[in-house]
Amino acid sequence: MTLHEHDVIVVGAGGAGLRAAIAAHEEGSDVAMVTKLHPVRSHTGAAEGGINAALRDGDDWELHAYDTMKGSDYLGDAPAIETLAQDSPEEVIQLEHWGMPFSREEDGRVSQRPFGGLSFPRTTYAGAETGHHLLHTMYEQVVKRGIKVYDEFYVSRLAVTDHDDPEERSCHGCVAYDIKSGEIVGFRATDGVILATGGDGQVYDHTTNAVANTGDGPAMAYRAGVPVEDMEFVQFHPTTLPSTGVLISEGVRGEGGILYNREGERFMFEYGYANNAGELASRDVVARAELTEVNEGRGINDEYVYLDMRHLGEERIVDRLENIIHLAEDFEGVDPLVEPMPVKPGQHYHMGGIETDENGETCIEGLYAAGECACASVHGSNRLGGNALPELIVLGARAGRHAAGTDLGEAGVPTGPSAKSEDETDLDTPVQPGALDVDDSDVAADGALVEPIDVVEHAVEAERERVRQLLERDGTNHAEIREDLQKAMTENVNVFRNEDGLKRALEVIRECRERYQDVAVSDPSRTFNTDLIHTIETRNLIDVAETITLGALARNEFRGAHWRQEYQERRDDEWLKHTMIAWNDGSPDLYYKPVILEGENKEYEPKVRSY
Amino acid sequence: MSTQITETETETETESTHQKRRLAEKHARADMRERAKADLSEAEESVKIKVFRYDPEVEGKKDPRFDTFRVPFTKGMTILDALIYARDHFDSSLTFRHSCRQAICGSDALFVNGRQRLGCKTQMSDLEWPVRIEPLPHAEVVKDLVVDMEHFYDQMESVEPFFQTNEIPSGELEEQRQTRENREKVKMSTRCIWCAACMSSCNIAAGDNEYLGPAAINKAYRFAMDEREGEEMKEHRLNIIEQEHGVWRCQTQFSCTVVCPKDIPLTEHIQELKREAVKSNLKFW
Ligand SMILES: Cc1cc2nc3c(=O)[nH]c(=O)nc-3n(C[C@H](O)[C@H](O)[C@H](O)COP(=O)(O)OP(=O)(O)OC[C@H]3O[C@@H](n4cnc5c(N)ncnc54)[C@H](O)[C@@H]3O)c2cc1C
Ligand code: SF4
Ligand code: FES
Repeated sequence: MTLHEHDVIVVGAGGAGLRAAIAAHEEGSDVAMVTKLHPVRSHTGAAEGGINAALRDGDDWELHAYDTMKGSDYLGDAPAIETLAQDSPEEVIQLEHWGMPFSREEDGRVSQRPFGGLSFPRTTYAGAETGHHLLHTMYEQVVKRGIKVYDEFYVSRLAVTDHDDPEERSCHGCVAYDIKSGEIVGFRATDGVILATGGDGQVYDHTTNAVANTGDGPAMAYRAGVPVEDMEFVQFHPTTLPSTGVLISEGVRGEGGILYNREGERFMFEYGYANNAGELASRDVVARAELTEVNEGRGINDEYVYLDMRHLGEERIVDRLENIIHLAEDFEGVDPLVEPMPVKPGQHYHMGGIETDENGETCIEGLYAAGECACASVHGSNRLGGNALPELIVLGARAGRHAAGTDLGEAGVPTGPSAKSEDETDLDTPVQPGALDVDDSDVAADGALVEPIDVVEHAVEAERERVRQLLERDGTNHAEIREDLQKAMTENVNVFRNEDGLKRALEVIRECRERYQDVAVSDPSRTFNTDLIHTIETRNLIDVAETITLGALARNEFRGAHWRQEYQERRDDEWLKHTMIAWNDGSPDLYYKPVILEGENKEYEPKVRSY
Repeated sequence: MSTQITETETETETESTHQKRRLAEKHARADMRERAKADLSEAEESVKIKVFRYDPEVEGKKDPRFDTFRVPFTKGMTILDALIYARDHFDSSLTFRHSCRQAICGSDALFVNGRQRLGCKTQMSDLEWPVRIEPLPHAEVVKDLVVDMEHFYDQMESVEPFFQTNEIPSGELEEQRQTRENREKVKMSTRCIWCAACMSSCNIAAGDNEYLGPAAINKAYRFAMDEREGEEMKEHRLNIIEQEHGVWRCQTQFSCTVVCPKDIPLTEHIQELKREAVKSNLKFW
């Protein structure tokens, strides 16, 4: 059995993973990265807008923290939000010192620009490709330090001890499938495993996320016993291209782009969705308006609406929005100087994720998470534009340092089932959620496995058996299951949510789980078997989809990105709490823990979120 | 192995030997095809793609061949969309790298109708049909459209592809200054997504395995031209690209510049480095 041993293993090499690895390395750890894509292929590269950081006179971290708390609709935890706001200036300057090609002011300092929901123009950017530069700059630092990268290794299971109480479990490593050779290998981490697997937009059939964003991290951590937090909060972007999900930035509407329906009506005004702000209303308002138009038969091809910028004139478009012309031409085959662009809402960002504290640590000893897969929680129910990238570098660095053994002080955010304040007792689900077979859990279940090496070896064996079965047995292809799951999620757990739809989604998810029992991989090859990888991913999508839907069904209010037809108000008296779901060895347990509004110097008072 | 083989057609409609695995699987595939056919009859048009297939491990695929798939054409369809359709509806073993679908991850540089292109950035409607899709030439094929990227990565990493300077300001939260002009100067060079299309198109690289190649030289350019690194470091960088298998190998054929999906003026950058190298050599003469 091939077994690699390192002090710290980082799973995923996007912005969060790279930052974590560099931090652990700087603390003297032997750190290795294990990633299913080569680092520069990670989806961090797709971020365009920028990184929020209070760098300038007139701005300070407290303002950034305040904006973030308000944007979160008071569902973020103050210790995490304040850490983000305090550490991001230093982290951004660190990126500059590593050579990141930020856009510049006349005086040679890095440029910042205004972004939605910010009280100060603190979004630091590098052209329209901030994420690309952030990703490449950090990968360069990884190369410089000679940090070992196992690229095209798909991590499919964590090696965690099997204590009954998840808070007593320890993580000793993980198992990965070497995509090129087909070998299943063990990774033993003496000091910690950091999950940095990114988003999970593939739960939906239309998303700005990459094909590789399949929620592997949250699904693996969840099945190993770490609760997932606030999963119902999913951000949708109102202007994505219908055929691919490529994002058309807010900039187009900012410059005066107009949305209209099939009848040529400027519906944002015509139907009163936002009489003042019109096209510039917030993301969720515009997304709901577009879908209403389509649902009421005023969409084009029953699918999308038009975003028109022709009236701005060629000169202005070329000057300010040149990259949009290329995006529309390359990915939709539309010349936006000649015709309007088709757009529709698409899944964009997942606020929820693996529960961690502000040091990136989960309730399982030795298991950390950072980046979009984690929930600390800094975004609460709604992420502000420009706040995800600082999260990658701030929390990535902290997780890396902590895993490497640096004392970061006691965390302010409690984790694990012991943080529970309240059980959800009357959630009415049409079908039983969770595993079909209660033993279906990723922790070793054959007695007290405590020797680290045994735990890893056991996990490798279990994974070999699973892969052997998938390759050898007869059955259906996963692609249909994935497609049906994605459709059900888009139909029912979208920007519009109501009880009936959510219950229908749970039924479909259950069916998908049942069909998955018979799934098989038809490509018999060990070499680069993407059929196998995608099949394993589909199981993760099912688990993630279920937690999103359960959370959405439980939360009887409208807060941030979570809209419920029956409950049109934010209800602070009852809902200033995080929705937590623990796998509980296959029969999911839904409970709550309180939001922390108590900051370092002040208490955040919930206010109406209006801009 | 090389991808330059004569075309032997195998329609997916005919069962090839290695796919006769089990009855149940056949049923599943038949189902898949039914679904696909239903889609096909609805679609107004369909397009044929001829895709290179090879798997060193699987009977029937050890000898490279082309499979033809007929996929429904929709407006806005890219090469990558067509491949995904064929994989998800006809043959789940069809293998290619892809992730972002928006020309930023650099995973899917392919050889399409005889030219290096990014699958996700190439509209089907811009090509002559049927469309022929092959792995990148001059690289080892791992399976189907997947090539071994190790050599490309090695070249990229051989030019010290990381920022180095002795001039970090000491003030707290103080950045290094950079003029707008200088940022503009390096801008195009920083756009590289490591897709390897340029390397694959380059005749010199094909003949000299140690040639750094356009992308790695461009990476060196990105740092050599960045004023924040300082003059001393620039000398060091020029030494790196002046080595035997460096800039002087380039014969300005422009093939890399033509295929680069990020429109990086590679040949110009290489030429400029040659001039800089000459200048700096004169200085020390
Ligand atoms: C189009 C777009 C624009 C955006 N713009 C902005 C913006 O302007 N500002 C902002 O702040 N945020 C923005 N965001 C959000 C932000 O970019 C993402 O949240 C962030 O980049 C996620 O980074 P990450 O490191 O968590 O994950 P990723 O960069 O997605 O990396 C995930 C890594 O995990 C690896 N991985 C996944 N699963 C496995 C597995 N099973 N085994 C091994 N490895 C695995 C992958 O290989 C990859 O390396 C944008 C997002 C999108 C989609
Ligand atoms: S220089 Fe252009 S063609 Fe070459 S690897 Fe970079 S992006 Fe691809
Ligand atoms: S899929 Fe990422 S570049 Fe084409």
